[in-house]
Amino acid sequence: MQKEAAIREPLILGHKTYHDITEDVCRPIEDKAPKMWYTLFGIALIIGLYGVGSICYLLGTGIGVWGLNKTIGWAWDITNFVWWVGIGHAGTLISAVLLLFRQKWRMAINRSAEAMTIFAVFMAGMFPLIHMGRLWVGYWVLPLPNQFGSLWVNFNSPLLWDVFAISTYLSVSLVFWYIGLIPDFATIRDRAKKPLAKKMYSILSFGWSGRAKHWNRFELVSLVLAGLATPLVFSVHSIVSFDFATSVIPGWHTTIFPPYFVAGAVFSGFAMVQTLLLVMRKAMGLEAYIHTKHVEYMNIVIMVTGSIVGTAYITELFISWYSGVEYESYAFINRATGPYWWAYWSMMTCNVISPQLMWIPKLRRSLLFTFFISIVVNIGMWFERYVIIVTSIHRDYIPAAWSMHFPSHIDIAVYVGTIGLFFVFFLLFARFFPVLALNEVKTILKGSGQSYKESPDYHKHH
Amino acid sequence: MSDKVIYVMYDDDEALKDSAKKLVSKGVKISEVFSPFPIHGIDPIIGVKNTRLGIMAFLYGLTGLTVATLGMRFFMVTDWPMNIGGKPNFTYLDNMLAFVPISFEFTVLCAAHGMAITYLLRNKTLPGMPAQNPDPRTTDDKFVMEIRLNENHGISEADLDEMLKETGFFELDKKEIN
Repeated sequence: MQKEAAIREPLILGHKTYHDITEDVCRPIEDKAPKMWYTLFGIALIIGLYGVGSICYLLGTGIGVWGLNKTIGWAWDITNFVWWVGIGHAGTLISAVLLLFRQKWRMAINRSAEAMTIFAVFMAGMFPLIHMGRLWVGYWVLPLPNQFGSLWVNFNSPLLWDVFAISTYLSVSLVFWYIGLIPDFATIRDRAKKPLAKKMYSILSFGWSGRAKHWNRFELVSLVLAGLATPLVFSVHSIVSFDFATSVIPGWHTTIFPPYFVAGAVFSGFAMVQTLLLVMRKAMGLEAYIHTKHVEYMNIVIMVTGSIVGTAYITELFISWYSGVEYESYAFINRATGPYWWAYWSMMTCNVISPQLMWIPKLRRSLLFTFFISIVVNIGMWFERYVIIVTSIHRDYIPAAWSMHFPSHIDIAVYVGTIGLFFVFFLLFARFFPVLALNEVKTILKGSGQSYKESPDYHKHH
Repeated sequence: MSDKVIYVMYDDDEALKDSAKKLVSKGVKISEVFSPFPIHGIDPIIGVKNTRLGIMAFLYGLTGLTVATLGMRFFMVTDWPMNIGGKPNFTYLDNMLAFVPISFEFTVLCAAHGMAITYLLRNKTLPGMPAQNPDPRTTDDKFVMEIRLNENHGISEADLDEMLKETGFFELDKKEIN
C-alpha cells in the first residue's frame, strides 16, 4: 500500500469500503434506468437518426448536397472530423499519459474518458468516409491487391498516413479500454441476479478469474499499452495536422501545426470530459469519487493546454508578418479582418481568454463555472478548425474565384446528427457498462481514501 | 488421483498478504490467489514469476516495423514508383521520410494487438468462457487463497488447519477434486 502526503486532498471522499465501491458503481447498472435517462436517450436517438437519414440522402445524391463549391472543397466535413478526433485525445491522455506519470486521480475518470474517445473517433471516422462519396469503396484506402494492375495507395500522402493513424488509434484505444473493462465486467457478472444479465456479462467478462498471475499480466499489459498509446496519441493529431501542414496553402503550411494541434486536441478533449462527467457524477451519484479536486486537476490541464494554443495563435500571426511573404500575411489579415472575422474572434475569445480564467482558484473549483467554460471551449475549438480550414481557402489565387462557404441543411444535419449519435453511444455506455474503473479504484482506497487518511494510524506504521 | 483443495478467504488484502507470508515461511505451498484487484507484493511471496508479455510486445512491434518497411518498399519503390512532382523516389532511402508515420503506426498496431491477443490466450480468457474464480465474492471485496493438499506432502491436513486458524481467515472451504 502506498502512502501519500497528508496535505494532498483525498481522492475518495467519505467512509467507503471495498464493497461500497462495488455497490456505488454497479447499482446504477442493476437498477432500473431513471426517467431522465430515457428522455435524454430519446432526444439523442432522434437527433442521431436524423443525422443517419441525412447521411443516407447524401450517399444517394452525392456530396454536392453539402455547401461546398469549387473554391471551398473542404469545410464542415473536415472541420467536424478534426473536432471529433481532437475530443478523442483526452481519453487516451488520461488513461495512458497519466498512468505513466502515476497520477492516481485518473482512475476515477479514465473509463468514461476512454469511452468518450472511442465514440468520438467513431464520429470522426465517419466524415472522411462519407466525403469519399462512394462509401462502399472505402476499403480502397487500404493497400490491397486489386484488379487495376499494380495500383497501390500513395504512401507519400498525409491523407493515407491519416488512415493508418486513425485506424490504429481507434483499435488500440478500443483494446486498451476493453482490457481494463474485463475485471469490472467480472464483478458485475458475479453480482448479477437476472439470467439474461448474468449471461451477457459472463460473455463480456471472458471468464475473468482474478488470479495473481493474471493480475501480474494485467498490470504489465496496461503499462505497455500506455507506453504505446502515449506516442500514438501525439502522432495521431500530428498526422491530422499534416493533412494541412504538408500542403502549399498559405495559412496551412506552417511547421507549428503538429504541437499546436496536439495541444488543441487535449484542450478540447478535456473540455468534453468535463461536460460529460459533471453531469454523469451527479446523475449516477458518483460525487465521492469524482469530486472538486478531480475537476480542478482537469481545469489545470485545460489552462495549460489552452495557454499553449493561445501562444500558437499569436506565434502564427507574428510569423505571418515576420516571414515577409505577402500571401502568408494576407491569409492572417483576412482571417482577423475579412468576412470571417466573427469566426476568428469567437475562436480567440473562447480559446485564449476563457482558459486564463482558470488561474483563479475559486473559479477552477466551481463546478458550474467549469461546466460553462467546458461548453465555451468546445465551441471555440470547433471555430478554430473552421477558421483554419475555410478562411485559408475561401480567397485563393485569383480574386475572381473568391467565394464564401454557407453550410447547407445537410451540412448542419450531419454534424448535429453525429452529436446525437455520440450521446446515444455514451448513454448506452453509462447504462450498461461500469463507468468507473471500480477495481482499480479499490487499489487507491487505503492510500487516498478520506477515512483512511484521517485515521490516526495512517502515518504510523508500514 | 483425488485431491483436496482448501480455499481460505480473507476480507482484506493486507490480511491475506500477511498470512501468505507466514504460511510460506512454514513451508506451505500456496497454489493460487484470487483477488478483486492486484495485491501489490503478493507475486514474490507465492512464487508467481513476472510475465514475459513485454518481450512479446517488443517482438510483435519489430514484426510490424519489418512488414511496414518491406511493404512500403515494395509498393512505392519496386512495384509502382509514383512520380510525385519529380521528387527522387528510386530507392527506399530517398523516400524514407514519408514512410516514417506509417512505419510507426503499424509498429504500434502490431505490438498492441499482438500483445493483447497473447494476453487473452495465455489467461484463457476469451468471449463466453465460464467464470474461473472459486467464489463470486472474489470480484467484490474478498480475497481467496488456494492451497492444494497434494502440493503440500510434508504437511498433514490437521497441521494445515491449525496454521490457517492462526491467520484469522474470514471463511474456509474445502473441496474434493478428481
